Amino acid sequence: MNNPMIQVLDLDGKVIDASMEPKLSEEKLQKLYRSMVLTRQLDERCLAMQRQGRIGFYVTSTGQEAVAASGLAMEATDWIFPAYREHAVGLVRGFPLKDFLAQLFGNDLDLVKGRQMPNHFAHRPTQYVSVSSPIGTQISQAVGAAMAAKIRGDKTVSITYFGDGGTSSNDFHAGMNFAGAFGAPCIFYCSNNQYAISVPLEKQTAQPLIAEKALAYGFKGIRVDGNDALAVYHVTKESADRAREGKGPTLIEAFTFRMGAHSSSDDPSRYCPKEKYEEWAKKDPIRRLKQYLIRKGIWSEEKDQALVESIKKEISETIEEVRKGAPPSLSTLFEDVYAEMPKTLLLQKEALLEEAKLKGTFEDTSEAFPL
Amino acid sequence: MMLTLIQAINDALKTEMRIDDRILVFGEDVGYVGGVFRATEGIQKEFGEKRCFDTPLSECGIIGTAVGMALYGMRPVAEIQFLDFIYPAFDQIVSEAAKMRYRSGGQFNVPLTIRTPYGGGIKGGHYHSQSTEALFAHTPGLKVVIPSTPEDAKGLLISSIRDEDPVIFLEPKRLYRSVKGEVPEGAYTTPFGKARFVKKGEDVSVFCYGAMVPICEAAAQEATQKGISVEVIDLRTLVPLDVDSILESARKTGRVVIVHEAVKTAGFGAEISALISESAIEYLKGPILRVCGFDTPFPYTFEHVYLPDAKRVLTAIEKAIQF
Repeated sequence: MNNPMIQVLDLDGKVIDASMEPKLSEEKLQKLYRSMVLTRQLDERCLAMQRQGRIGFYVTSTGQEAVAASGLAMEATDWIFPAYREHAVGLVRGFPLKDFLAQLFGNDLDLVKGRQMPNHFAHRPTQYVSVSSPIGTQISQAVGAAMAAKIRGDKTVSITYFGDGGTSSNDFHAGMNFAGAFGAPCIFYCSNNQYAISVPLEKQTAQPLIAEKALAYGFKGIRVDGNDALAVYHVTKESADRAREGKGPTLIEAFTFRMGAHSSSDDPSRYCPKEKYEEWAKKDPIRRLKQYLIRKGIWSEEKDQALVESIKKEISETIEEVRKGAPPSLSTLFEDVYAEMPKTLLLQKEALLEEAKLKGTFEDTSEAFPL
Repeated sequence: MMLTLIQAINDALKTEMRIDDRILVFGEDVGYVGGVFRATEGIQKEFGEKRCFDTPLSECGIIGTAVGMALYGMRPVAEIQFLDFIYPAFDQIVSEAAKMRYRSGGQFNVPLTIRTPYGGGIKGGHYHSQSTEALFAHTPGLKVVIPSTPEDAKGLLISSIRDEDPVIFLEPKRLYRSVKGEVPEGAYTTPFGKARFVKKGEDVSVFCYGAMVPICEAAAQEATQKGISVEVIDLRTLVPLDVDSILESARKTGRVVIVHEAVKTAGFGAEISALISESAIEYLKGPILRVCGFDTPFPYTFEHVYLPDAKRVLTAIEKAIQF
């Protein structure tokens, strides 16, 4: 167990180890910080919208926003295979807020055309692959994309995200094994937030250090303070550089904590002690990066206040814009199953459109989502 | 050229790989040794280890990585050694490959071909014999293709590889070497959703696919000697389904026999039967009959009893006539 946890910033945002401090431009640092604040503000606002019944579901990532730094460390041509708590990664890479929010409403402004519940994003321009609900499935897919890149001689790297629970999935083992065997340029980013919904890490695995699992597959595992954006950037960049140089995959275990519920349907007070929140509030990733920026002389409390206000305004305005979308047209129910619609489906579509003419509207009698 | 069905598959892969360098062929024992049935023989030698390779022994990993390759822009052709071994990959097939286009609003798609031998008749016992095509036909987003002749095997495989959506390409393993036929040289495609009229007839329509096609042909021949004119239709693709040809034939003969080796209950025959009942019942002169495997796990000793043979098919044809 000689896997130290890599940290660049202490809890007050002071640099502990300057050798690992990323040489980021002021612009990039602000972009990183902004995406984290935006993610936090979205959590607040979207959870409130869910409580008001304006959207059906939301997954927050409060406390885990430093994951944004991993997205910043990747190139625009790299591929992202996210789980469902990586909003910050998408946002820092340029996933537009409008597309993000429209997905929650599932209307005709939604890029995925109302076909997935909220929080299951897909964004082709930033190579942010469609989010799935079953745990771990994106892991082996990321490895496949990385294998393809290597076969083609492209300098492209894949990064895939999952939680501590995801390390128990078939695809984690299969994906790690394939990546090792093929030397695939792939980064496995495990946000170890210590709980898989209600199940704590010690019930998930007998290996408390997830990074150590990489050894079994023949490659490097790194443990990083997942609430330290600069450390996250450092290890991801280093892993991506290595992958690009043909030196194969890396498993990153980002040790963190989910400050909220698993999702809008979950009540963590049933399984997680209160003290845990007090302990982790001291490690808040946004505050640590803010302190760092202030120390560096490129940020201030005034600027911060202004940023929060402008983000709140932007979110409100964008919500107003996207909520006005109409329901997707009925025919979209049948589109995109295949590139070309088979006859059997065409007949069903025609029958439904006929039924719609007679019926007018279809009554929605769904119950609330429980997970 | 005269080729066996497995030679036609091998020829299809090589022919298409020469045209399209995005095609990757891989799976367990697929690379160096050329597959346990030798379907990929000589491919690694011709195209190198980058384009044809052996994978670790994990179906979940084979299909999961194949989905990623397809997303990246490649044309993966993954082999699952036996259909019976596919279930560790079921999640990746039905929840990922099949749903990617729809769930991403058409932003991402998975042009993936999964080749896998299916069906009985090789004394392979439970885990080398099953026909579970209905599981895949029941999953929107997948195409299900089952050739029965060398010529179709090549044309349909090339169509599968060129398709923009995931295809389950089921190879009737008992026909791998037992059927031989003329196969055109070079690349050609056989369209999906077009059934093949194996034999035209007037009295009874027999719908079948894969390894059941030669059996139905034999039964039809015997029926002819008894004065019954049988139309034999090879569906070739279950998804997309040739609805028009099925209805056209059912309306013409008014008598229907459906043959598959898969389990009877909730088998694909039930779908064909329902389709005809819904759209052509007024033309029927008798009940739609099914000749299928039984609702049991696939047996070893009684394999020949379990699998439909020409005799059982003929009995059903006569029953349809006599109603």
